Amino acid sequence: MVKFNRFTLDNGLRVLVHEDNTTPMAVLNILYDVGARDEDPDQTGFAHLFEHLMFGGSVNIPNYDEPLQRVGGENNAFTSNDITNYYITLPSANLETAFWLESDRMLSLAFSEKSLEVQRNVVIEEFKQRYLNQPYGDVWLKLRPLVYKKHPYQWATIGKEIKHIEDAKIEDVKAFFKKHYNPQNAIIVVGGNVKTEDIKQLSEKWFGSIPAGEKYHRNLPQEPEQHDERRSTVTAKVPLNDVYIAFQMGARLDKSYYAAELISDILSRGNSSRLYRNLVKEKELFSEVHAYMSGSLDKGMFVFEGKPLENVSTETAEAAIWEELERIKTELIPADELIKVKNKIESTMIFSEMALLDKAMNLASFELLGDADLLNHETGKYLAVTAEEIKNLSNEIFRRDNSSTLIYLAEKA
Amino acid sequence: MIIDRKKAPEFRAIDNINLIKPVKQKLDNGCNVFSFNSGDQDLVRIEWIFGNQRFDEKKPLLNVAVNTMLTDGTSTLTAAQIADKVDFYGAFLQVDYGYDNSQVVLYSLNKHLQHTLPVIKDILTDSVFPEKELETFIRNQQQKLQVSMQKNDFVARRGFNKALYGDTLYGLGAENDTYKTLRREDMLLFFKQMYQPSNCTIIVAGKIEPGILELITDTFDKKWVNSSEKSDTSQPELKPSAEHFYFIEKPDALQSAIRMGIPAINRNHPDFAALQVLNTILGGYFGSRLMANIREDKGYTYGIGSGMSALKHGGALFIATEVGADVCKAAVNEIEKELNLLQTELITEEELSLVRNFLLGSLLGSLENVFSHADKFKNLYFAGLDYDYYDYYDRYVETVKTVTAGHLQELAKQYLNFNQFYKVIVGKY
Repeated sequence: MVKFNRFTLDNGLRVLVHEDNTTPMAVLNILYDVGARDEDPDQTGFAHLFEHLMFGGSVNIPNYDEPLQRVGGENNAFTSNDITNYYITLPSANLETAFWLESDRMLSLAFSEKSLEVQRNVVIEEFKQRYLNQPYGDVWLKLRPLVYKKHPYQWATIGKEIKHIEDAKIEDVKAFFKKHYNPQNAIIVVGGNVKTEDIKQLSEKWFGSIPAGEKYHRNLPQEPEQHDERRSTVTAKVPLNDVYIAFQMGARLDKSYYAAELISDILSRGNSSRLYRNLVKEKELFSEVHAYMSGSLDKGMFVFEGKPLENVSTETAEAAIWEELERIKTELIPADELIKVKNKIESTMIFSEMALLDKAMNLASFELLGDADLLNHETGKYLAVTAEEIKNLSNEIFRRDNSSTLIYLAEKA
Repeated sequence: MIIDRKKAPEFRAIDNINLIKPVKQKLDNGCNVFSFNSGDQDLVRIEWIFGNQRFDEKKPLLNVAVNTMLTDGTSTLTAAQIADKVDFYGAFLQVDYGYDNSQVVLYSLNKHLQHTLPVIKDILTDSVFPEKELETFIRNQQQKLQVSMQKNDFVARRGFNKALYGDTLYGLGAENDTYKTLRREDMLLFFKQMYQPSNCTIIVAGKIEPGILELITDTFDKKWVNSSEKSDTSQPELKPSAEHFYFIEKPDALQSAIRMGIPAINRNHPDFAALQVLNTILGGYFGSRLMANIREDKGYTYGIGSGMSALKHGGALFIATEVGADVCKAAVNEIEKELNLLQTELITEEELSLVRNFLLGSLLGSLENVFSHADKFKNLYFAGLDYDYYDYYDRYVETVKTVTAGHLQELAKQYLNFNQFYKVIVGKY
């Protein structure tokens, strides 16, 4: 159970407070309701580049990091296809510094040309480091456009290509800020050794005078249902073949989400999971094989990924994954196996309450979904899933004509 | 309300750190148990930590293989049954191999501990390393190694460790063929020698309700006896290489991995804390000299940092980064400049005071929950400093608050000589 208090400022900024006096620390987490899905198809990677620019100085504070480090704080941020999230951890006695810094950059950035130039380079190096200079690093750049034909999930947060980042101009940066970075599009969670009354005062003091700005109304092209089997093969200088099979699945708020996650746990969570036991250990077909979900706010992906052993063809490997899918589509999950994955969900939820930052981020995410209190009802929703629901959902998702298969072949030397 | 947004709010420096003290209990079989009781969630983390056996260069993989395969079967439970039992009760079982110690870690809800503990007892006393599981282990490790060897940072790290430590556990870099040295008989004997109570420390952290400790000691005291085999946890001398420069060319690389550094002191040395301060200034936080110059000013990299590894038998100070292949030489030159600057110019009090506050805040933040308190303790205990635990952190805090720019400059002259650094570059240069 993660308790919290909640209030909204006149400018539309939502603030949640989680009091936890077991720690001398505090966190301030700000979620901005903007991600790579909100980008122009010709300017991809922009939400993430923008995240870097948020550290390039704001209108009244030339350097963001230095004053925070001076009070013993640390910060970081991440961008996903759906959101951009910034967080600060610092001794709770110095919490006001976090309010000062975050409110100033919500008010306005410095928009420095030098910062833009440097961060373009940094992001290009990030592009190389994570996507181009790693074996299999570019797989998402290839798989996403196979699964999504209309929806902006067809590109990764880093962007479609380096050129989009090279071309970013300061005017684009300003327009993006105006459109997305205002109180109405943000959710703040303050957690740790704090009192709600103090947070109300600090929020009014530092964020209260920031203009509400214009509300961004999202109107994205939705991905049509898939009715064709898709397939692509690439060859690259990698040591081993790799097989990816992705399926379209429901959005995060879809009722089926909970059954889908249990399916992924049954198939791939831990050493007792079906794929590991049957395909790695018993049939000795893969060195590793996994299933996971993108968990995205719009229509998601349910992905299988496996590296077959060297003497196993990709056709055999693919067929073995399908065999497991057929089994879950035709046979009801035994009661013990269902209890097992539910127990794991329950304990994971309890363990996650050990980490202050995780709690703050979770509250922010669920508030974005509609109500932070949903967090406290998650376990119950998983526990309510039945074996029939799992079988039915498996039949809905794991259809050939809902699949996108990417075969990544090792170039023979 | 009119506020001055240009002016930073008042702040307070951190003055005291409260560490949770463990309760120590020595079992009759020689095993020490330390327990940290705190937290609201009804759960515990239990670690069984064993000192690594002496390295044998003819059978270099025994430590890691025996540890990794502890979950692969006992005489009464198959790997599948072990996994089933643990997963069924929502627990998490990990084996972790480290340079000095190997461990088994259990995360369990308190209410299920009576079911999960016997599994641990079984794997610690009766692992059998089935031949078929060993084949699978070898095959999968060999495949993973092939992928890792395509990652420049992985290759650089291996090269660096090999240069600094030679043929030891610290310097070991397995090749495909190294896995062929693994024999089941060797593993069984090795397991008997290493995994016994006299070579084990148990660390319990979490909400230790009445009955929990008894449950643990019942299972791991009288019912767990030392074997007739002796464990040997001494290690061969570290053998740093004479050659200091290694370039491994990858013609298609878009980025080069750079790793460079020098053997340095570990926690037993009185200058360790001061060197940690110097390391932080050089590359230990986002605002460090290396980040400010090579990422935030030049844009050569997504990230660069320096770090210290404090091991039982040695330590190192190192710098690691991946930079654009076309700017690799330029990045190395900038690193050299930053090292020289720390030797020739005194750090200003402004920068130093920032780093003092940053380090104290980060110490406070690193004590997030009862698990992190246990981790802090482990750092010292396994460096042989257990009795000075609280003194150690008091002295650390004192050093962070008072170390002078002059002292740091002396340390820079001693430890930050670019010409004495081992350097490994993988990619283009």
